[in-house]
Amino acid sequence: MANIVQFENVGLRYGTGDETLSDVSFTLASGAFYFLTGASGAGKTSLLKLLYLAQRPTRGVIRLFGEDAVTLPRKRLPGFRRRIGVVFQDFRLVPHLSAYDNIALPLRVSGVREADIEQPVHEMLTWVGLSDRIHAKPPTLSGGEQQRVAIARAVIGRPEILVADEPTGNVDPAMAERLMHLFDSLNRLGTTVIIATHDIQMLQRIPEARMMRLDRGRLLDPTGELRHPPGRGDA
Amino acid sequence: MIGEETRPERRLLDASRHTRTMRWVMAIMLFLTVLAAALGLGAWAASRALDRQLAGRLTVELVEANPATRDREASEVLAMLRGGRNVARAEAVDPARLATLLEPWLGAIGDDPDLPMPALIDVDLHDANDAAVTALQTRVQRIAPAARLDRHAAWMAPVTGFMNLLLALAGGIVLLLALATGTVVVLAARAGLETHRETIAVMHMLGSTDVQVARLFQRRIARDTAIGGAIGGIAALAVAALVGTRLAGLGSALASGAALSPAGWIALALLPLLFVVLATLAARLAVLRALGATL
Repeated sequence: MANIVQFENVGLRYGTGDETLSDVSFTLASGAFYFLTGASGAGKTSLLKLLYLAQRPTRGVIRLFGEDAVTLPRKRLPGFRRRIGVVFQDFRLVPHLSAYDNIALPLRVSGVREADIEQPVHEMLTWVGLSDRIHAKPPTLSGGEQQRVAIARAVIGRPEILVADEPTGNVDPAMAERLMHLFDSLNRLGTTVIIATHDIQMLQRIPEARMMRLDRGRLLDPTGELRHPPGRGDA
Repeated sequence: MIGEETRPERRLLDASRHTRTMRWVMAIMLFLTVLAAALGLGAWAASRALDRQLAGRLTVELVEANPATRDREASEVLAMLRGGRNVARAEAVDPARLATLLEPWLGAIGDDPDLPMPALIDVDLHDANDAAVTALQTRVQRIAPAARLDRHAAWMAPVTGFMNLLLALAGGIVLLLALATGTVVVLAARAGLETHRETIAVMHMLGSTDVQVARLFQRRIARDTAIGGAIGGIAALAVAALVGTRLAGLGSALASGAALSPAGWIALALLPLLFVVLATLAARLAVLRALGATL
């Protein structure tokens, strides 16, 4: 499989403090499924920010879709971002828009005609089990419901890469199972999926997924070949 | 598409009290602007009317103590003037009317043969440029060496100057108000960006371009300016119409000259539209500039 993402000696520093990420090097194969694990504060969210182009690295090389993302001109960022679906840890739903409009947002941003938006949004709402909450606004939704809207919004545009930061953190086990099945289905359709989590149970649900571990800003397992965290027998 | 006028797009920036405030600010701005422009256009119209009335008008004064000589010179000058191609009209002022005009200062003088009265000839020229007037003066003085030419435009110059001052003042006020409106829009756009920072960040992460985001603000500010401008503009036009009616009732030629032409009313009515364009451009530039500083 071709590499869709390549990090080489990437470092990230906020302000004048210590590096949040140091010498991070890895590649993501197109169409593969990855978990990114690590303790809180290990740098998972920062690494994902670099992936979905919310942050530029302090040093190193990042190649996305075969192009240098570090020196990418600002005006080309929207085109790249449309190819990446993101599930934010804090959902980042637009609070005054309905569930329907939040999910439709990526399609509208991409210029899809209003007539072509309705069906996929309804399908997505049904998929995440929120077809009865179509007009509900995020403040009236539970944490789990908001998370499902955020996931639906991230995947509706059929992104080439799906980046999810703790996507099952606010849902019950049954819904977590369902969402993982959703990610798996998307992955089987060709989307490269990378999920940051420290939920060990989740790692078991996708047997063929590769795993990368971050520890205090350093990537311990850049190959992603190890299936389980250290101490579980495989390391 | 975000760039199109769809209802979901309008909902992206939620309505707030800010919108209503902005409309009233724009209403006040446009009210003042249209009034200032009406003042300027009125002053310009009055100045033009004065110019039209006085530009070619002058009076030939024949100052000669000997009545016989004066009458002869007056006849010859009048004949010469009436034969001139550049002269539209030449009319001797009736001595009796002159005596009536002077009566408040000199008393009853019509029957006093010892008091020398100048002979006056009112002249309207087709072309009253300096060279034409100088040429005419030379020809008049060949007949009557002591004759003087009094151009009416010269003694009305202070009034015309005052009208031009009013015009410049009104123009300055309109420009300042346009500048202030642009500044208000820039501040409102920046405040809007701050208010909707989270929404804009999400849109950026979903692949929105700066131009798409700017359009949201442009349209909202254009709508606020259009609504506020309509309110302020209509109110100002009503006030201008009322003042115009009162001026017409004064019966003064100068005041009547200040009446706005149909073109003037159209220009005033177009001002809110111009301000909508101005506000839209200011909002676009402000938003694009602010977003340009982000990733």
